[in-house]
Amino acid sequence: MEHIQRHPARVARAPSRLLDGLQRWLPKLVVAPTFVLVGIGIYGYMLWTGVLSFTSSSFLPVYDFVGFDQYAKLMSNDRWLTASVNLGIFGGLFILSCLLIGVVLAIFLDQKIRQEGAIRTIYLYPMALSMIVTGTVWKWILNPSLGLEKLMHDWGWTTFSFDWLVSSDMAIYTIVMAAVWQASGFVMALFLAGLRGVDSSIIRAARVDGASLPLIYWKIILPSLRPVFFSAVMVLAHIAIKSFDLVMAMTAGGPGYSTDLPAVFMYAHTFTRGQMGLGSASAMLMLGAILALIVPYLYSELREKRHD
Amino acid sequence: MTDVVRTGFRPSRVAIYGVLLLAALVYLIPLFIMLVTSFKTPMDIRTGNLMALPTDWTTIGWTKAWSEACTGVECNGISGYFWNSFKMTVPAVLISTLLGAFNGYVLSKWKFRGSDLFFGMLLFGCFVPFQVVLLPMAATLGQLGLANTTTGLVLVHVIYGVAFTTLFFRNYYVAIPDALIKAARLDGAGFFTIFFRILLPMSTPIFMVSLIWQFTQIWNDFLFGVVFASGDSQPITVALNNLVNTSTGVKEYNVDMAAAMIAALPTLVVYIVAGKYFIRGLTAGSVKG
Repeated sequence: MEHIQRHPARVARAPSRLLDGLQRWLPKLVVAPTFVLVGIGIYGYMLWTGVLSFTSSSFLPVYDFVGFDQYAKLMSNDRWLTASVNLGIFGGLFILSCLLIGVVLAIFLDQKIRQEGAIRTIYLYPMALSMIVTGTVWKWILNPSLGLEKLMHDWGWTTFSFDWLVSSDMAIYTIVMAAVWQASGFVMALFLAGLRGVDSSIIRAARVDGASLPLIYWKIILPSLRPVFFSAVMVLAHIAIKSFDLVMAMTAGGPGYSTDLPAVFMYAHTFTRGQMGLGSASAMLMLGAILALIVPYLYSELREKRHD
Repeated sequence: MTDVVRTGFRPSRVAIYGVLLLAALVYLIPLFIMLVTSFKTPMDIRTGNLMALPTDWTTIGWTKAWSEACTGVECNGISGYFWNSFKMTVPAVLISTLLGAFNGYVLSKWKFRGSDLFFGMLLFGCFVPFQVVLLPMAATLGQLGLANTTTGLVLVHVIYGVAFTTLFFRNYYVAIPDALIKAARLDGAGFFTIFFRILLPMSTPIFMVSLIWQFTQIWNDFLFGVVFASGDSQPITVALNNLVNTSTGVKEYNVDMAAAMIAALPTLVVYIVAGKYFIRGLTAGSVKG
């Protein structure tokens, strides 16, 4: 702009060419910062972590190539094994419970319910909370001496005993409970949105043919919600693989390391136990798990779009 | 489809309402317990039970959580960390939303060769587990002198939030007819004029979605906070976790619950005031991304 003001005589042509050029470059210029930040911050760092996973780095990064040593170590590491099994238990139960609760609540809520908005708001508010808050509350509710157990005793069930939170066999299930409490309302919202998109004329026709409402839901409506099922499973599996906060708040991986999940393992080894190589290898495996989930999903999504 | 269902007082209707109300109770009870416990005295907590109301209401748990409770070695309460979270969240939300708006505008209305690939890269970035970038990011922040600073956390949240905000805006602007943009260009409107005069005025809903989504995400983040911040620069989630899980002296559950309420209040208030946009962000972020 300064240039233009200083040479009024040349205003006619040069600036318009300049402006044209600028206009052509402007869009690229505008996305450039994001391109750089994401290019380095996601893709560059992913590569960097990949490199580290092939080194013997402990407290500080060292760049010696040790092949798949860290991955082999990981596979024979008891704690990693526990974390992986826990992810299976936690992920499986978490996804199934959320789906079941979500579908049932969505179908029930779709029956011309009075105060539907208020009820929906109640079901969904846990999603607005931090997992640390959720963990803190559930840790208190499940407190072995003053929590649920005492409540049941006070209410007359004196033989009731509930110490899952401090039991190395059962603690992982307490994390499932808290996670389901937090995320099931969200799955309900996904299904409710799906139900609202179902064509009502099909259902009316089925009713005319004498089909009962449960049968219609089971045979017609639920099958038509397949895409919603898929995206719900995707989101939930994604949450499960990344789960970290809730475990840290409720058990910090304990008792012992009985409630470790891969994310907790990664954090502990990389940042507190000084085993960067091993931690990086575990992070890469987490990425692998997500890729195995995402790539087929994205692929089918993109193909569908092209067919539209 | 609801119009197919006949309403009226049938047993099945009663059962449906019963299940829905029961579920509502289950979702509400933890909040109730958190609130009630936060207003009890430690004595009351030991003699009463989870669902019992306080025998004498007291705010001692709240004042203690705010200004005296120990979060590790320091015992100044969580007030400082609460403000840390604000200092981190507000700039990170604004910057990532602004970047996302411009990115979304370019990726929908000013496509260039490779812009779709770039969008694909961003989309994929929404899914990457952050564990895979933690270590290099920690090293970089150290190099830049931003380790353990709020500025560093803002940078981190912008980098890993911009993929989502771009997604929001791109999907919103894609639905706006290209003819509108073409007409404006024929009239001589440039890149920024079109954005500020045509798109921006109709962008309020998506700005709300992006701002609220980012606010909730960044305020509630724990992973980045615990890895990239220490001591004075920690956000509230990390402080809350330290407060609850440091075992010095007698456990004061009223203080724990008050601290949890304080950490939860900002996002809860946002949810109650603008829940519609939050839910839209949730579903947009999951179904599309």
